[in-house]
Amino acid sequence: MTTKKKNNIHILTIETSCDETAAAVVRDGREVLSNIISSQIDIHTLYGGVVPEIASRNHIERINTVIEQALNEAALKLCDIDAIAVTYGPGLVGALLVGVAEAKAISFATGLPLVGVHHIEGHICANFIEHKDLEPPFMSLVVSGGHTHLVNVLDYGKYEILGRTRDDAAGEAFDKVARAIGLGYPGGPKIDKVAKEGDPDAIDFPRAKVRNEEYDFSFSGLKSAVLNYLNSEKMAGREISVPDVAASFQKAVTDVLTEHSMNAVKSCGCSKFALAGGVASNSALRASMAAACKEAGVELYCPSPIFCTDNAAMIGVAGYYEYIKGNISDLSLNAVPGLKLGER
Amino acid sequence: MKILAIDSSGLTATVAVLEDERMTAEYTINHKKTHSQTLVPMLDEIKAMTELDLTTVDAIAVAKGPGSFTGLRIGSATAKGLGLALDKPLVAVSTLEALAMNAWGSDKLICPMMDARREQVYTGLYRFEDGELKVVKEDCAISVEELCGIIDKMGEDVLFLGDGVPVYKEVIDKLLRVTHTYAPPHMSRQRAGALAVLAARYFEEGRIETAAAHKPEYLRVSQAERVKAEKEGAAKC
Repeated sequence: MTTKKKNNIHILTIETSCDETAAAVVRDGREVLSNIISSQIDIHTLYGGVVPEIASRNHIERINTVIEQALNEAALKLCDIDAIAVTYGPGLVGALLVGVAEAKAISFATGLPLVGVHHIEGHICANFIEHKDLEPPFMSLVVSGGHTHLVNVLDYGKYEILGRTRDDAAGEAFDKVARAIGLGYPGGPKIDKVAKEGDPDAIDFPRAKVRNEEYDFSFSGLKSAVLNYLNSEKMAGREISVPDVAASFQKAVTDVLTEHSMNAVKSCGCSKFALAGGVASNSALRASMAAACKEAGVELYCPSPIFCTDNAAMIGVAGYYEYIKGNISDLSLNAVPGLKLGER
Repeated sequence: MKILAIDSSGLTATVAVLEDERMTAEYTINHKKTHSQTLVPMLDEIKAMTELDLTTVDAIAVAKGPGSFTGLRIGSATAKGLGLALDKPLVAVSTLEALAMNAWGSDKLICPMMDARREQVYTGLYRFEDGELKVVKEDCAISVEELCGIIDKMGEDVLFLGDGVPVYKEVIDKLLRVTHTYAPPHMSRQRAGALAVLAARYFEEGRIETAAAHKPEYLRVSQAERVKAEKEGAAKC
């Protein structure tokens, strides 16, 4: 393991794993000097979801401008930077490749070390930005459009995955149900908003358990249950209350996420819990986790929404901890769409 | 003048450095590994071998397309990253024009073609006039049948090259009536040396762009856009 200086380290970071073109500058792993996100959501909304080829095309058009903005906002030049961090998986392969190729070229041209970062690790590390006191070990739930992971964070860069989804990610279930009840894309924020007007106990949707895997999740059955409910109500000629469906579906998701999270906390004896990922912005999940953690005497951490969504600052935080451990990537770094947490 | 050239538009990854009249390095690989793994290490190797000081490069040349969407973006992102880090302009050159440049000196009509899938090729027609490469037919994505029809109508001897050749050779032999030949392996695939020579000319003519503004020219919309347009077109009928 190489020893590196640990103070006043500036990391320039690039994230293009899905539909946000993002770059940031992070100092010493905790201080965000800039965090630029160029969202493509308006374009993908026209197609009802992220279209990989369109995402990749937009990344290549925007990437240099986004990086230059990140440097400008941080009032730094490339010569002030100590390392380049980039998301190399998991994610959409074509989208990841844009960031990876760009980062490698910058690393090659400047001689700066390159650090490949795991996207989920970035989401977990987003909690370090606003909570300077937070240190491992702690338990974390990463919930987004592509991921649902219950992770025991043993140390910086050291993870034990306790549970994961067997089918749809939590955010994916939100998108699919939102489409079915006519709310459109992206489903998460839309359901969250409409559900505030509805009764979460109006409809009893199933809370799925996965046999023999107490921390795993399954959301496709819930999605089917919502579709079946909509269909049978329609057949019976009854009017559907969109707020009630949204609220009841949301409660079914957050109940399961909260229950599994708290079981994990209890069995591991953790005193800290960190939410992460795009769905961590969901107000019902935050409320449910806050109540459960309060009751269990566990401290709950949650990033601001800007650090919950895909962003480059969180990758810079994760990249910093890899960098000081001497985990430097070489110029043959490739995008790994199915990269597993804890793998390098 | 020093040009660093990159092409990863097809099956071949190729990089070169042109210094005025001297090609100081040209490195071409056509093997299994993905361009993402090979391209920057190749640049690293020619940099070391030729003791290249990257700050002395005047421009980054890149094959702008057509070609594999992902391959084009790997080359493009690499060129954009270099342009950003070195604060140098980019020179974008048509992939097909650079392929045609491989056949310098030929008096035939030159037809570069790349397999575009969906029973089409990316192709164009070129010719050398007084040593200068001229465009006879602009780059496009068409079927080989249509291409053969166009060439037959022109009635000239033609030289084919590019990775579309092994895919469509049999069809061409069957359909085409004019005399035609196929380029040998040393000139039948992308070579960054040829790209660099064209780019040097473009650079002198001021045909440059900023690294930020550069984007590939795919010659095709994405499948999602095509399907959407078809649906909307059908709805209007």
